[in-house]
Amino acid sequence: MIELLPDQMARVSLDGVIKVVSVALVAPITVGDYVIVHVGFALTRIDPEEAQRTLALLAEMGQIATEAAP
Amino acid sequence: MKYMDEYRDGKIARSIAAAIAAAADPARLYHFMEFCGGHTHAISRYGLEDLLPGNVRMVHGPGCPVCVLPIGRIDMAIRLAQRPEVTLCTYGDLMRVPGSHGASLLRAKAAGADIRMVYSTLDAIAIAQAEPERQVVFFAIGFETTTPPTALAVKLACARRLTNFTVFCNHVLTPPAIRGILEHPDLDGVEGPKLDGFIGPAHVSAVIGSDAFAEFARDFEKPVVVAGFEPLDVMQAILMLIRQVNDGRHAVENQYIRAVSPQGNRIAQAEVAEVFELRESFEWRGFGAVPASGLRLREAYAGFDAERRFAMPEISAADNPACECGAILRGIKRPTDCKLFGTLCTPETPMGSCMVSSEGACAAHWTYGRFRDHARRAVA
Repeated sequence: MIELLPDQMARVSLDGVIKVVSVALVAPITVGDYVIVHVGFALTRIDPEEAQRTLALLAEMGQIATEAAP
Repeated sequence: MKYMDEYRDGKIARSIAAAIAAAADPARLYHFMEFCGGHTHAISRYGLEDLLPGNVRMVHGPGCPVCVLPIGRIDMAIRLAQRPEVTLCTYGDLMRVPGSHGASLLRAKAAGADIRMVYSTLDAIAIAQAEPERQVVFFAIGFETTTPPTALAVKLACARRLTNFTVFCNHVLTPPAIRGILEHPDLDGVEGPKLDGFIGPAHVSAVIGSDAFAEFARDFEKPVVVAGFEPLDVMQAILMLIRQVNDGRHAVENQYIRAVSPQGNRIAQAEVAEVFELRESFEWRGFGAVPASGLRLREAYAGFDAERRFAMPEISAADNPACECGAILRGIKRPTDCKLFGTLCTPETPMGSCMVSSEGACAAHWTYGRFRDHARRAVA
């Protein structure tokens, strides 16, 4: 999310493509937050810490599998 | 894009595939249903089935909003759009869904009906405000992800006292469909798949919360793993399901912790509860009437209900008898089991709804999966 607008709207950047979407369903929200946008509405915020934990877990899974492989 | 590319790493996917191969017991079969069309699309697009051992099979579920809408509701929308005073606003993927006798919204539009594609419910509100002489109807479809946007639009129309905006409501709920599959796995005497677990939907779960699936783990003893839409998410969820099955466990687990909480999005749930109430029953393609599975506008918002304003008669219409969408939506048949697949029925000229949306099992298989069929047959 790159800019809050009036009426619970916000400007978001989808990999550089700018769209105006409603953030009425995810208040409060701040610039820099990542959101999942569906049919013009932000449905939920991405939790950066949990995202990092999932990535770490995925990398770990991969490592274990590689070590276990003959 | 951040939070997407990292979850598409082919090297990690192959190592998770190795972990899956090591965990899967070669003496047994694993059948997992991905409920959601977003997962069906991801599995086909990234060729995830090719990374799985032969005894781990994915069964496509009914979580494609366009696919489960019965023909009768399309016919009702077309009839409504043909009224001269009506402007029907719809999400794009509904345009080509076949109604009865080869009709579709696209054809009705070509014949002169005022039908407009919108990206968001707010676009439909903007049209209603800009053109007060038109009766603007939003053709609302979808699961729990598109329902909150419709609820907000209705409240906005109410607050702005719009008298020319209504909603033709076809919103449906995920849990009753899963229950329907578990309670009645067979269709017309054809045996359904023996499911060992479910991949729970991603964005739907962000709204309703992972706890919404607890009843299936508890009452039906099926493991459910809520997963994100990226390929590594799906692979990890499959591994989590295999581990649950091997351990004899049946719990709801959440792979998509970066976006889904146990309780879901409370704001969205409150907006939906304020505007909508349960219908006693709603018809689904492939399921027939499913009790307490669809929503309608509450009495307080009756003025925004297109079915009431235009006294829309209920239409029930039969599917094309050769189309296997019903059985495919329930995981009983695969797209290639249908005689029409790839011959009469393609994304350009769909005969059944599963070929229309990119989330439909037939469209996903046509676009990505069919090229692998030959290799797979050769191995078998």
